[in-house]
Formats: sequence, C-alpha cells, structure tokens
Amino acid sequence: MRIEQHPIITFNKGRKVQFTFDGKVYEGYEGEPIAAALHDAGIRVLGHTHKLGRPRGFYCAIGNCSSCLMVVNGKPNVRVCVEKLKEGMAVETQIGRGDIK
Amino acid sequence: MIHTEIAIVGGGPAGLCAAIKAAESGAKVIVLDRNSQLGGQLIKQTHMFFGSQKQYASHRGIDIANILISKLEDYKDKITVMLDATVIGLYEDRVLTIDQGGKYIKIKPDTLIIATGASEKFQAFPNNDLPGIYGAGAVQTLMNVYGVAPGESVFMVGAGNIGLIVSYQLMQAGIKVKGVICRGPKFGGYAVHASKLRRLGVPVMPSHKVVYAHGKDKLERITLIKLDENKKEIPGTEFDIEVDVLCIATGLTPLAELLWQMGCEMKYISELSGHVPLRDKNLMTSLDGIYVAGDVAGIEEASSAMVEGSLAGLCAAKAAGHIHPDFEALVADCHKQLYDLRSGPEGEAIRKGLSKAELKEVGL
Repeated sequence: MRIEQHPIITFNKGRKVQFTFDGKVYEGYEGEPIAAALHDAGIRVLGHTHKLGRPRGFYCAIGNCSSCLMVVNGKPNVRVCVEKLKEGMAVETQIGRGDIK
Repeated sequence: MIHTEIAIVGGGPAGLCAAIKAAESGAKVIVLDRNSQLGGQLIKQTHMFFGSQKQYASHRGIDIANILISKLEDYKDKITVMLDATVIGLYEDRVLTIDQGGKYIKIKPDTLIIATGASEKFQAFPNNDLPGIYGAGAVQTLMNVYGVAPGESVFMVGAGNIGLIVSYQLMQAGIKVKGVICRGPKFGGYAVHASKLRRLGVPVMPSHKVVYAHGKDKLERITLIKLDENKKEIPGTEFDIEVDVLCIATGLTPLAELLWQMGCEMKYISELSGHVPLRDKNLMTSLDGIYVAGDVAGIEEASSAMVEGSLAGLCAAKAAGHIHPDFEALVADCHKQLYDLRSGPEGEAIRKGLSKAELKEVGL
C-alpha cells in the first residue's frame, strides 16, 4: 500500500517497471528497494530460515539483519531491502542457503 | 591501493560533519558509505530536531542531511565520496578493504574516523521473527523514504523518543497506531512527544510488555502483559491486541565490528547501549590515529553525533598534519556543545556511561 498523501514529504518515485516474483508479474518503481515493491504488493514473507524454514520478513531495512534474503536474477542471498528494483527483474523465494551457479 | 590522509567510514550525521571539519582544516578526505546516498538515518527523520542552533535545532532531519551534503560540495577538491561502498575489512596495517559494486578496493589512510552508526535491537518473545514485526527504523525507512505503508494497524514497543516519534509519523502517514508500551513505569521519551500522541487518542502505556506474537506466515495478534514497578510480570493480566505490524523501538546498539577487527580496546557499557570503544576526550580510540564519532561510540542523538563528528574531524586532521586555523577555539566549542547536550536529568545516563568509556592516558 502506497502512502499517497503526506503532510511533509513528497516522494520522488522512479518510473514504473515490471518485475516477477515467483513467476508472477508485479509493478514497482525503478530504483526503490525490491522489498518496498513487494511490500506494496502485500508480500510480507521474504526470506526463510535455513534450518527450520521459518518465514522471515522485513526487519531492519538497511541491509543489516539478513532477514530478507531472496534469489534475484538467479543470484541467491540478495538483501532485497537494499537491492534496487530494475525492469524485468526475476525475484524468487529462496529455500536453504542458495547455490552459486 | 588508494592513499588518503583521512578515511571516514559512514556518511551519516557524524561522518559528514567529520568530513567537513577535516576538509576545512586542509586534509584530503575519503568518505565511504555502503548506501547509495549520503545522510545516514537523517534521510528518514521528518521531525524537527531539538538542541541548539549549532546542531540545526528546529530543522527536520531530512533537511539537515541536505544542508550537510551541500556543505560537502564546497570542499569538492578535498573530499571524495564513495557510495555503495561497503568496508569489509580493517586490518592491523590500517588498510581498509572495500566492496564497491563487486569491485575490491583497498585504501590506506593516515588517520581514520569510524562513524558506522548503530543497528536496531531485537526483543525476545516467542515468534519475534514473524513477518510484520519490524524495527522502528525500518518502518521509518519504508514509509518516509519509500512511501510504502508498513501495514494497516501498528503497535509500538518502546516509548523512548524513537518509539514516540515514529508513532506520530505513522499517524501522519495515515496509518493507525493502536498503542505504545514500555516496560518501565515511566516512558523514556520527551513528554511533548507522548502528549502529542495522547491528544490524538493513542494510548501510551508504561509497565507493559509483549509476551507472545501470533500468526502463521505473518503477524495477526500480540499478547501483552502488565508489569509491576520492578518490571515483573503480573500473572493473569494478559490481553490480546489485533495488529498486522509490531514495531520494535527498544533501542539501538553500536555497529562496532570494524573496531573489534582492528583491535581497539572495547568495553560493555549498558548506558551507551552495548560494546563501545574506549576513547580520549578528543575521540581517539586506544589505537593511535583511529577516531570514533556518533552512535558507534555510544547511542545518543543525532545532534551529539554531529558535534562528535566535527570534533573527530578536527583532531584527525591535526593528527594528519593539518591544523585548522581556529583549532583550539573550535575544539573547545565542540566540548562545550557536547557538555550542554548531555547536561540535565536526560543526560544523566549518558554522562555515567561516558565516564566509564574514558581512555586513561598512561605515562603522560
């Protein structure tokens, strides 16, 4: 959900771009963190713990806590709270520690 | 290998002020920041600052960031800014290793200022990792920088200034805040912030804590319990609140990894919210030529971080052979400003903490 009206801030958004999350097409703004676009789309589960597979969401938003690791364009362990959204990105849920191809 | 007179790790309020004062002294400076813009956490602070004119009181944090960044521009020939540059190592030979967009870079500075800031603390209760449970700073980033609402209704844990201010900012963004709790019998933030919330109908409830978070894939409900004056749980006083966002504003802890790696003398000081480096009155650590400024040296406000940055910048420049023409007066002024910011009952814990963090000068 986007904040449309704010008494203090004007949000400078990039252009609208499309990306996929687990194969489904979504829209977001170029240059915002992937997690912001996912959040807007109502997607709260980002990462999963390695051992128990517990769902993890957005926690620190500054690339510190490792709660939001996902696979982006085939690369695992991407911190989506700081990775910027680009046109055509393929974002996927990561299971386990991820493999580097 | 890049050589510079001063490297500053962190481009938040402390790092920016350090860079300005060091450049003003005539030193060549590199500012490193892992983010793609400077300003640190100022870029999400939409509230006006307290303090005095010198620390930009009654300016909003977002505006202070812009003021400092434009001052940096005045010293273009002296200051190099490296963004998206994460310092991944700091070694005994004082070489900084950096990852910038997948490129490995090494920098060897004559003196170094560590201004890496802090990270948010977690709270221990069952299911504290459910999606929907956020750090207060994360909520601020999401809504104030990216314009995305964290959820429909929020409950705030922690009634220090961050908890109170973020609650108000959530309301400004049109998001419901169901309440604010803290464990102690008195909230820690300024009364003016708490009153603002109460006037808007948000209950600010001291002597409560979260004992359980409920939900499968995301937060649906929390269980709270009342505490007595010794912060002990009162059995049978549990009650539930339905929320999709729980915001944790129970403090920050210094991001001191680089100082540990370098071998600075560290000490756990609860009043400063974690392990902090011992330092002298001019913010030099136990290692010659390594300075600290801002939250990494102990959690305080952005106002004191800015003054500490200026002080460290002046002193690191001097150590690198560049003495500011007004060095003595400016250093004395920094000490005075810090003294004022930490005076009064609000500064009591900080004063106590800092007295334990003093580096005793040996053999002088």
